[in-house]
Amino acid sequence: MGARLAHWLTRHGHALVATAGHLSRQRTATLLTVLVMGLALALPLALQVLVRNVSSLDLPSGIGVSVYLKPEVSEARARTLAATFAAHAGIASVTLITASQALAQFRAQSGLGAALDALTDNPLPNVITISPEPRTASPAQLEALRGYLAVWPEVDSVQTDADWARRLGAWLDLLRRALLVTAALLALGVVAIVGNTIRLEIHARRAEIEVTKLVGGSNAFVRRPFLYTGVLYGLCAALIAWAIVEGARLGLMGPVRRLGDAYGSRLALAGPSVRELGALLLAGVLLGWLGAWIASTRQLSRIEPRPA
Amino acid sequence: MIVFERVAKRYPQGREALSLLSFGLARGEMAFLTGRSGAGKSTVLKLIALLERPTRGQVLIDGQDTHRLPARRIPQFRRQIGVVFQDHRLLMDRPVFDNVALPLIVADASLREIDRRVRAALDQVGLLGCERAAPYELSVGEQQRVGIARAIVSKPPLLIADEPTGNLDAALAAEVMGLFRRFNEVGVTVLVATHDLPLVRDSGLREIRLGEGQLGAEASHELIAAPGAGLGAQPG
Repeated sequence: MGARLAHWLTRHGHALVATAGHLSRQRTATLLTVLVMGLALALPLALQVLVRNVSSLDLPSGIGVSVYLKPEVSEARARTLAATFAAHAGIASVTLITASQALAQFRAQSGLGAALDALTDNPLPNVITISPEPRTASPAQLEALRGYLAVWPEVDSVQTDADWARRLGAWLDLLRRALLVTAALLALGVVAIVGNTIRLEIHARRAEIEVTKLVGGSNAFVRRPFLYTGVLYGLCAALIAWAIVEGARLGLMGPVRRLGDAYGSRLALAGPSVRELGALLLAGVLLGWLGAWIASTRQLSRIEPRPA
Repeated sequence: MIVFERVAKRYPQGREALSLLSFGLARGEMAFLTGRSGAGKSTVLKLIALLERPTRGQVLIDGQDTHRLPARRIPQFRRQIGVVFQDHRLLMDRPVFDNVALPLIVADASLREIDRRVRAALDQVGLLGCERAAPYELSVGEQQRVGIARAIVSKPPLLIADEPTGNLDAALAAEVMGLFRRFNEVGVTVLVATHDLPLVRDSGLREIRLGEGQLGAEASHELIAAPGAGLGAQPG
């Protein structure tokens, strides 16, 4: 058994070394092929990394409801309203941010003090932020709460954080779907590239294949170096895709951090995870193998003796 | 070893290469396959090596009906047959050793055995020491002998050759024929397609003649297969 295994390893090692040598002798053609394949694999990987980065953004925890009052509503009236809301069932806590508080806060954060001094009126409305009780946080109950708040004549608009979360979620779903479609199409592309390259390769080595089959080489034997070629192409392409995505990430890191600073939060761009890299390498190898298998099976059957 | 029974071969383009050919070749026998160009010599060899299948009739090799052989067993079947071509069909970008080793590699021989057998085969054709040479560095006669070494390296019981002396001068041709006779002496069944009639006559071996059949009866062992005539094998 050990001898058989050693034999098997020798045989496959031989094919692998021969294939690698063959590829390295045609450096330019090989490089171009794996570069195109690498680009095709890089796009879905980049999308996946983007989706994961966006979905891991620090979203406000818990669901809050912001009630924007109409500009003409006085601060005193706002306080009364806040007290009324606080007594309503399903509401855990209420915070009033008065127009003057908001302005002061804005003045401090934005650095636009002098410009704001030029304003005669405070353009900001009074806002009441409400935290619902956890047990009322279902979408239907939240909707009911929003209805209760919106009917007050003083209320201008009601905004729940859930709206933002839902919109972001919808965008992420769209991105994920786009990712799947892109990945499927580009996978087909990779198979086609490998298949065509192998087809040309088989064409170029037709004499060798014919002689090999004539002296009793099985289809499996003849196919082996081509399958290795496909697998090596796929592996190299996956590594190139990784390099491309990693390069793009390093290039984008600075701008992303500045963007985060501008929003007053810390944004970081995470690279591909170990699982994503594993999937990438596996996909590259499998697609390379598949393309080579399809091409070699199609081509080799044409070198068979013709049936009567 | 070889039995053709009323074999016909028509190519897809409509050309009839063989019609109703019958002959037999006993185990350990050596014979020549002769006939003018286009008489079907190459077709007979292709049918034996299963490069083609007959349109009609039966080809039995070592008792095996080739028509019934499933495709997956063809490689195994071909390993029992050594084939020598007129244009030798060597892989020009590989050294002599790799060329000769090919039948052993496809049969999964161990590296030690490959090394031993390739040297033995090259020794038999007088090319020991040329293992590392590239085929194009050799003369035409030497290239042909490398082709023969490849055909016999796995010690097949049957050796077939298509015009093996076609590109060689008389002296080299005689030398190559001498090689075939030596293999035959150690028990290999040999069938050589040739149009080198003097060589055939000098050999005194059986001649299987393809063609119209009116080509005379000079050969001591004569056999004629005429298109449409359905003539059988009648050695002696």
